[in-house]
Formats: sequence, structure tokens, C-alpha cells
Amino acid sequence: MSARLSVGFEGYRRPDGRVGVRNHLLVVPTVICSSIVSERVAAAVAPIGTALPHTAGCGQLGPDMQLTHETLAAYCAHPNVGAVIVMALGCEQVVAQHLADAARAAGKRAHVLAIQSEGGTIRATERAIALARELAAELEKAPRETCDVSELILSVKCGGSDYTSGLASNPALGRVADRLVDLGGAAVLGEIAEIMGAEHLLAARAPNADTAVRLLRVINRVESEAMALGLDIRGTQPSPGNIRGGLTTIEEKSLGATHKGGERTPLADVVPYSARITRKGLTVMDTPGLDVESVTGMVGGGAQAVVFTTGLGTPTGNPIAPVIKITGNARTAVSMGDNIDLDVSGVLDARETLDEAASRLFDEVIAVCSGRQTAAERLGFREFAIHRRNPTI
Amino acid sequence: MSPVNAPNPSSPVIVISAGDNVATALETLEPGRVLAREDAGVTVRDAIPRGHKVALARIAPGAAVIKYGSSIGVATEEILPGAHVHTHNVSSARGRGDLAAARQQPAAAGRLAEPDNGRDA
Repeated sequence: MSARLSVGFEGYRRPDGRVGVRNHLLVVPTVICSSIVSERVAAAVAPIGTALPHTAGCGQLGPDMQLTHETLAAYCAHPNVGAVIVMALGCEQVVAQHLADAARAAGKRAHVLAIQSEGGTIRATERAIALARELAAELEKAPRETCDVSELILSVKCGGSDYTSGLASNPALGRVADRLVDLGGAAVLGEIAEIMGAEHLLAARAPNADTAVRLLRVINRVESEAMALGLDIRGTQPSPGNIRGGLTTIEEKSLGATHKGGERTPLADVVPYSARITRKGLTVMDTPGLDVESVTGMVGGGAQAVVFTTGLGTPTGNPIAPVIKITGNARTAVSMGDNIDLDVSGVLDARETLDEAASRLFDEVIAVCSGRQTAAERLGFREFAIHRRNPTI
Repeated sequence: MSPVNAPNPSSPVIVISAGDNVATALETLEPGRVLAREDAGVTVRDAIPRGHKVALARIAPGAAVIKYGSSIGVATEEILPGAHVHTHNVSSARGRGDLAAARQQPAAAGRLAEPDNGRDA
């Protein structure tokens, strides 16, 4: 490996030492009942304001409740967030004060408002919007400063895959992940079902047996859960669109998908959904294959930006992290042009090499982390879905 | 990871890793088309849609279909060189709860229909 060169981007340095690439005012509903109020409050100060509408927060027991709590708290502490308003109803299970505490522990201003104690949704909304305007005005003054790319955790993701994903966009992204790790940064790969069939390649990159075993254990659990339904996993993996696009089995999809985690970067860690990513190198996170749940978890883990490869094209964004869309399919680059940030289809007809495509993608990541808007941000796509471990009680 | 080969601009298919017994069509292939010697020189037997796979060698029933240098599943019937390789003749070896259920209760085996949401391939 050559000597480490420092590469900078313009980010936001937070009091807890983490570095953000956006500076959002986050409006967090504790429960589904306060989700719409939260969206209205955030919309009043958009695009700096952003909400986390979700369907949980009550009717949950044990690990399922804990996962909702931890995911919401992780967003409150996230370095892409500058300040937090927690919008409670008043009688729910999720504890508003815990979410505010998570933000404060990371050095952010945080306020709690409860609809029941504010005297109804109209008063609560008015009061929260007034507060949101004050916080947003403060956040707008915060300057970007030069930060090192070693501070970045890049989420690598694919969705709407076709045959071009494994040939062009995923290997190009894998080269970006390798380069970022060479520069001292980190990458996170989720979607355990989409490692199934390629796990031997990732396990071989683990520095010790323990990490490899943890990877294989998570994959076995997901495969067992799918098999417990008594069905062929082909009912969902590959998806109907993947199959029409030429992907035959989950093994084939996984082998193409896993390339986005790099070709040589060591497998540093395997972590639960939304858990804080603490290691440099590649972390595998235990997320489902559903795009939005997967991105939600990886951003919860601390990823400041997402690169999302797609063959067929998808709108997916995130409330607090930019999601960069790249495609290796020349037709999709045109037909879904509104939703695509970078076209790497030249790899397939020899207009450019994988290394050239990766170099353009790396530059795009740096530009987006320094403030360039992605297609998903321009179009207002902010999907958020917390993975559920158990049925609602 | 086995590196992904760069496509050869003069070839309509890509063989991703040495040792693969399938290639991916970069354009639609008509039956009778002869692939270059470096792509195993096979004659295409079936129409192969863009992005789909063509067999480069005979694959016996139960044998592994190899792409990216790894198994992507097993042949459910004999696959001849030049044939279309897809869900009609390849079965996944993973996540097969249907097979596990069939072993316990033969009548319970079944596969969900694949919905077509109005998209062309």
C-alpha cells in the first residue's frame, strides 16, 4: 500500500468529535401518533428541517421495543444532525427524554414537546414550529470546515439490481470502499440475505476466526428464519425485477452485490442493526434486504453518506444522509435520469475502465459530503423505516 | 474476491471469471450466433435476452453453475453449450425452506408465483 495521502471534504465538526456532512434540524416523533405533527413541523423549516415519521413506538415488547428506541436515539446523536426536537404524544412507550438525552450527550441542543401537555395538535404544532425556526436560524450560521475523509463511514448499498450491478456499479463502488479504507475511513455493508452465497469470500477477508464466525452465524440465522416459513427464498430473493433483469438465484445476486464492499478491504466487524460502527475497514451490519430498512439501519450506525447502486432505478433517500445513486445500465441512466446521480455504464461498452468509473464516483462522494445535493435530496425522498423484530402486540 | 474481468469490446458476452461455465449476454443473442473462441466458441442455441446467461459448456443435472468463480446454483436438467441458463433450468441451493418442508410433509411443497408488475425485461 502506498503512503497514506490526506483527502479532505467540507463537513461539520461536532462537539463529540464526530463529523457530519449535513446539518439538519431533526424532528423525531416518539410514536406513530406524533408522526404527522413531526412532518408538519419539519416541513416548516425544510430543507434544513427533516422528520423521522415511523409506525412504531407503542405495542412493542422486549427486543423489538429496544431496537426502535436505539434507532431513534442513534439518529438524535448522528453527526449529520445539528439540533433535535422530540415530538411526543405523552402516553407512549418510547421515552422522549431518552431521545433528547442522546442528542445532548452528543453536544446538540434538544427539546421535548408533548402533544397532550401542549393542549392539542394545533398548539403543539405552532409551538414546535416557532422553536424549529429559532433552531434552524442558529444551524444556518454553522460553517463547514475542512475535515479528513478518514472521518467518513460510507454505507454501500444496492437495490433494483440487474446484470449490470455485478459487472459495473458494484465493482466500481467496491474500489471506492477500498480507497476510502486505504485513506483511514470505513464502509458498512448490510442486507445479510444478499451476502448468502458469497459469505465465503467475505469470511476469507476476516482478520481472525471470531469475526468470520460472527458473520457466518448472522447469515445462518437469516437463512434459518427464511426457511422456517417452508418456502423457496426465490419468492423474494431475487426479486421479480431482478429475475427479469437476468439474475437467477440469490447466490448469483449476492456474488454481484458483495463486490460493493470492496475487493480486499478487511472485514473488521459484524454489528447488530443500527449499532454504532466503531472500526475502520469494512463492517457488516445485520439488516434485512428491504432497501429502506437497510439504509435506515446503516445510517443509524453512523454512516454519513450512502452510495446506492441500481440497475433498474429506485428513488430511495434518507431523512438525514445523502444517498448517491449510480447505475451501470445505460437505459436506466436515461429512463430514470431524474433519480440517478452517476452513470457508469461506460464500463460495459469500454468507454471507461472500472478504475476510471471508481475515480469519478470517489470525487462525487467527496463533493456530496461537502454539500452537493443528490437527486434524492433534490426530489425530497426521505424514506425511513425501522426494522421490526417482532409483530406488534 | 475474484476480480471482475473487463468486457471485451468486440464480444457480445462477458465471462466474468476464469472457470465460469456461463457468460452474460451484453446484447440480445439470436440462436445460431457463434461466440468467439475466447468465449468458448459455442453456438448459441436459444434466444438469450440482454443481461441473461448463456452456457459455455455442458452442465450435467445436479452440477454447479459457475459465475464469478463461485457456484450460483445447480442445474435442474442437462444444460447444453449455447443454451439459455435461468430459473427454468437452475435452482438455488440456499434458503430452500420448500425442500425442507417437502421432506417433512410432501404435499406442503409449493412456490409462490412471481408477480409481474407490468415491466418488460
